[in-house]
Amino acid sequence: MSVCLIVDDSSVVRKVARRIVEKFGYSVAEAADGTDALEYVTSNPMPEAILLDWNMPKMQGIDFLESLRKLPDGTSPKVVFCTTENDLQKISRALWAGADEYIMKPFDEDILAAKFATVGLRSAA
Amino acid sequence: MNQADFEHFIGFLKTKAGIVITAEKAYLVENRLSPVARKHGIGNANEVLAKLRQAPSAALVNDVLDAMTTNETLFFRDQRPFDQFRDKVIPELLQRNAASKRIRIWCAACSSGQEPYSLAMLFNELGPKVADWRLEIVATDISKTILDRARKAEYSQFEVQRGLPITMLVKYFEQKGESWALKQDIKSKVQFREFNLLDSPRSLGQFDVVFCRNVLIYFDHQTKADILARIAGVMPANGHLFLGGAETVLGVSDKFAAAPGLRGIYLPTDKAAARAA
Repeated sequence: MSVCLIVDDSSVVRKVARRIVEKFGYSVAEAADGTDALEYVTSNPMPEAILLDWNMPKMQGIDFLESLRKLPDGTSPKVVFCTTENDLQKISRALWAGADEYIMKPFDEDILAAKFATVGLRSAA
Repeated sequence: MNQADFEHFIGFLKTKAGIVITAEKAYLVENRLSPVARKHGIGNANEVLAKLRQAPSAALVNDVLDAMTTNETLFFRDQRPFDQFRDKVIPELLQRNAASKRIRIWCAACSSGQEPYSLAMLFNELGPKVADWRLEIVATDISKTILDRARKAEYSQFEVQRGLPITMLVKYFEQKGESWALKQDIKSKVQFREFNLLDSPRSLGQFDVVFCRNVLIYFDHQTKADILARIAGVMPANGHLFLGGAETVLGVSDKFAAAPGLRGIYLPTDKAAARAA
């Protein structure tokens, strides 16, 4: 089963997102910040999708993304930012760093499905 | 709900907008007319129906029609029609219209504008090969209120996240407080007009492509057939008609036939084309 890594310091957001992406048919792995996420991707097969928060303790989402894209298989996961950061500069910066899509919180299942579909990820069970 | 008021309302909607509702849709009437009741200081949706039967003001009639005909829409709704438009229809048009370098599209029930604007952005994405082409999109809707929204082209964060790729948001929109405003160069490619599908579209001109998606479902069999016949009358023999996923011409009209290998796209039949010529 394809894996989606959910990276968010809020356990509530991780829980909500998990419920949705499991419906899409993903097996879920969780990380509470960029450092945890980096540890996950360097010690496991690359996930197919990464849902990534921006503001997190230790390592921020944008820094994780930049590190990820430099790894040997780091260009393969589709990375979808999911953050309260909603200004154009931040979005542009995320795209520049290699994000595939960008969700501005709050989000719901429809938005997540639409964004996953846009980048060719599965969005329905 | 008063039976006589509801029956009168069914007739009112059919005459004014061609829309057919049944008793099972009573809940929809209540949902949609409650805000109208509030706006006009009327107790509730049932009293709106009663008022419509007695002496309704023009403003009330207008707001009721708006409420009953306004439908949700998304950018790049269903995705596939837009992919087919870009990959199959546009290449054909670039060849066929090479002399005039002009493409005319009609979005026949455009609601708040996401469909015509999606087409305009898609066309722009084709880059230099269409740089000297003129794209004219005529977008119509029966509701004046929704057309005002469409012309304004400002969308909420929620609206821009459903269907619109983030790269297009960044490229074609400007942030305006809590909303996102479409840039002028895309806005200017779309002309909005108030139009009732029960009327003749001849004054709108001829169209290479017509999008009439997710609207026929609201009409009865005969009205659907009449609308399709009128659409056939404003298209060339080799035009393309896009219908919604749940809609078909099969058993409704002989003016169009399914385009081979393309889902949701219909071509005028010879008979329809001969009449249009």
